[in-house]
Amino acid sequence: MDTAKIQYRDQEWEVKSGMTVRDAIQKGGLDPSAVLALKNKKLINDQTILEAGDEIRLVNVISGG
Amino acid sequence: MKCDICGGVAVIGMPQHRLNLCAEHFVEWVPRMVERVIRRYAMFTRDERVLVAVSGGKDSLALWEILIDLGYQTEGVYIHLGIDHDAYSDVSQEHVRRFAEGHADVPYRVVDVRQEYGLSVPELSKTGRGKRLCSACGLVKRHIMNRIAYEGGYAAIATGHNLDDEAAVLLQNTLHWQSGYLRRQAPVLPSTHPRLARKVKPLCNLYERETAAYALVKGISFVELECPHATRATTIFYKELLNKLEGRSRGAKMQFYLHFLKAKEEGLFAPEKADADSETALRECRQCGQPTTAEELCAFCRLWQNIEAHHD
Repeated sequence: MDTAKIQYRDQEWEVKSGMTVRDAIQKGGLDPSAVLALKNKKLINDQTILEAGDEIRLVNVISGG
Repeated sequence: MKCDICGGVAVIGMPQHRLNLCAEHFVEWVPRMVERVIRRYAMFTRDERVLVAVSGGKDSLALWEILIDLGYQTEGVYIHLGIDHDAYSDVSQEHVRRFAEGHADVPYRVVDVRQEYGLSVPELSKTGRGKRLCSACGLVKRHIMNRIAYEGGYAAIATGHNLDDEAAVLLQNTLHWQSGYLRRQAPVLPSTHPRLARKVKPLCNLYERETAAYALVKGISFVELECPHATRATTIFYKELLNKLEGRSRGAKMQFYLHFLKAKEEGLFAPEKADADSETALRECRQCGQPTTAEELCAFCRLWQNIEAHHD
């Protein structure tokens, strides 16, 4: 398995390992400034290189109102 | 990406400050930034009691956590608006309850709009007698916060508005040249009447991304879903525009907002005489006693009176 899984709300997509979190966010059509990434419930920076089997959860940071 | 202080793994990069920080140094840095803002704008002191408006979201709970850690006297207030879609209000309240429980049962109170006034905010707006939902929601929240702050003798009402919130409002008001709103936009809204506590925004120098990161690093559980009525809010559109600008020009949001505040201090938006006079011409609502510029009833009481008059 040479992919990492990215989850955002009810969406999920896979990316190749070796990619940065930032690139993986953009691959899902999201603005990297609008989300934060968690790996094993810990915040990681968007320059982090994804490893095979990583499961990343993205949290929206933009609120309205 | 390495922490600029210890060389450990950074959890966040803040290009506008040319600063990358690890979790440990980030959670030390954020309260220092907030404390600086509280002092810079003389928001409140440790001798004063502060009412924190908590929604269950990342900003207000992060704010509450920071103020508790900094040793301020706080009490939270959660206003249950009765938004049933996705059980939004119930879920939000649960996050507030969990937060308080995890902080040695720090005091907070819940005001349930439906229980207290007879209709939830969505029901209120559906009557068609009053304002549109987001507008009615703002009115109801302001009224309740002012009432509780007055009854409880609080010096200030603190809200979790961050720099992105402020910059988005500023952009919107600038595009429409809303001079009155531009004059009033500030980190502190002073008390203009004995029944009005001052309003303060201690997170106004932090990017939204930073308040969210702080909440996540501190393990604060917050409601991640957007208010179902705010998903198409114009604020979000303006925030996205500002983030695009930030992507092209590091620190653009911060400069836009902070230079506006500086321009205000230099007198660019000095109040016109008529405007200054109108601020002092506050009367007390005949029904609830809250300050209003209206002759008899405040906007909140007029809203409910209007609904009662058309009942049945």
